[in-house]
Amino acid sequence: MDDLYRDYILEHYRRPHNFGVLDDANAQFEGANPLCGDRITMQLRVSGGKIAGVGFTGRGCAISQASASLLTDEIKGKAVDEAEHMTSADVLDMLGIEISPARLKCALLSLETMQHALTEDHTPAGHQ
Amino acid sequence: MTVETTTRPHSEAPDADPRIRDGRLVPEVVREDFPILHTKTSKGKPLVYLDSASSSQKPQVVIDAVDTFNSTYNANVHRGIYEIGERATAAYEAARDSVARFINAPDSHEIVFVRNATEAINLVAYSWGRKNIHRGDQIVLTEMEHHANLVPWQLLVQEQDGDLEFIPITDDGVLRQDVYEVLLRLKPKLVAFTHVSNTLGTINPVAEMTAMAHAAGALVLIDGAQAVPHVPVDVQAIGADFYAFSGHKMLGPTGSGALWARRELLEAMPPFLAGGEMIREVHLRRSTWNSIPWKFEAGTPDIAAEIGLGAAAEYLLALGMGRVREHEQELLTYALVALQREHPDLDLYGPMDAGIRSGVIPFNVRGVHPHDVAQVLDREGIAVRAGHHCTMPLHERLDLAATARASFNVYTTRADVDALVAGIGEVKRLFA
Repeated sequence: MDDLYRDYILEHYRRPHNFGVLDDANAQFEGANPLCGDRITMQLRVSGGKIAGVGFTGRGCAISQASASLLTDEIKGKAVDEAEHMTSADVLDMLGIEISPARLKCALLSLETMQHALTEDHTPAGHQ
Repeated sequence: MTVETTTRPHSEAPDADPRIRDGRLVPEVVREDFPILHTKTSKGKPLVYLDSASSSQKPQVVIDAVDTFNSTYNANVHRGIYEIGERATAAYEAARDSVARFINAPDSHEIVFVRNATEAINLVAYSWGRKNIHRGDQIVLTEMEHHANLVPWQLLVQEQDGDLEFIPITDDGVLRQDVYEVLLRLKPKLVAFTHVSNTLGTINPVAEMTAMAHAAGALVLIDGAQAVPHVPVDVQAIGADFYAFSGHKMLGPTGSGALWARRELLEAMPPFLAGGEMIREVHLRRSTWNSIPWKFEAGTPDIAAEIGLGAAAEYLLALGMGRVREHEQELLTYALVALQREHPDLDLYGPMDAGIRSGVIPFNVRGVHPHDVAQVLDREGIAVRAGHHCTMPLHERLDLAATARASFNVYTTRADVDALVAGIGEVKRLFA
């Protein structure tokens, strides 16, 4: 079996969950990884202290897209407070693959973007 | 290593050199001079190094030159009245002579040693630029510049209230000379462009572009970082005013590099960095400057690296830069044909005419991000670059987020290209 490009990683890359524009979002952020040109816009609908809806758009490598797909599944319905306190280790556990230092930024782009969206809600996208 | 690795003057019967057969370079023999090309990756794969545009590998003669300095005559230059100090100075200045000969500079005092092409361009922007660029003055650049020949000029015009204009490129990555002609009517003070594109490999018509700039009254700076390892460079034939390059892309050590500029320009320019070495007399409230090039070499330089650069220049002179160019052009043609034949769905960028292109191949495998391409190739032992290669505006112009890039040097063989072609097949299988 492939150590990095496992079937479920490739499956999330080909058909990412929660990919698309969220019409009723009230928090969003566009995160970018200037080193590789990856861009992700994370949109959230926050209601009653919980993440009621989530969607993401953008382009990137298999690792960053799979990570966004898995992360968005994970935070749906989660308390905002909990999502804000998710760590890099949580995301790496979710991915379940060995990430080399050079690819760490790819794996963590969605987490950083989601947390930016939560702390800077209502600000326009594209700040880097 | 059985192959002789000492350098010899170009004139000495080159056909006696096993690296040259029937006047052509034999890369399979040249490879023997590069110890790293005989190593294996941690997965046990032989290293297929296709990232020379990022940084080249070093032949044994360069490694030895640095080692010998460090282990037998390490001392500061231009200071010690003792044997090894004098030897260090002589070797450092001999390296300057080699570099001057390598680009056919008329006078080795016109060679300023710097850390890399970036520092050379910053030196000109800071020293010449702040004295000569004023409110409303124009500097003409191109859309294909590496950030190193873009950002220093952005800082300069912000500070001096000048303006930047850009020569656009065609879709296949060639400079629009017709637009350049029009931009020259703005009477720019300086035109700065790359000799060879680090991303597309385009070889620009530098002599013609320099003549046009001079006719319009502009000075010319050429970023030669990607040219010196790949094409014969003669600064007198080009006629430019400033020529900047790094050592580590032309088989030399990191931390080595040079700025060539015409003597009268260097003499009129104020110092860049200030401190020891660059002075003649220092009083508490004023100083006078050393002569060129030392006026621009403040502080202890990277002596070992520049001595290594001198060895790299001699090594390339012995191979013959005309032969190096022929080898790379032939290999580029081979690669472009093989890639298109085996992978017709591969997206290739840059001019398809190998006659105006150096050994650089940017590409994308459809539906696969270049990072993933590079990662899968890495597992086969193949090193390519993935990203924007420090040319974000060029990628924006071509509407690309990123590309993968394979690039060649004197030691690159058809077997390396074959490995790349097979590796791309592996990428496609995994992501199919």
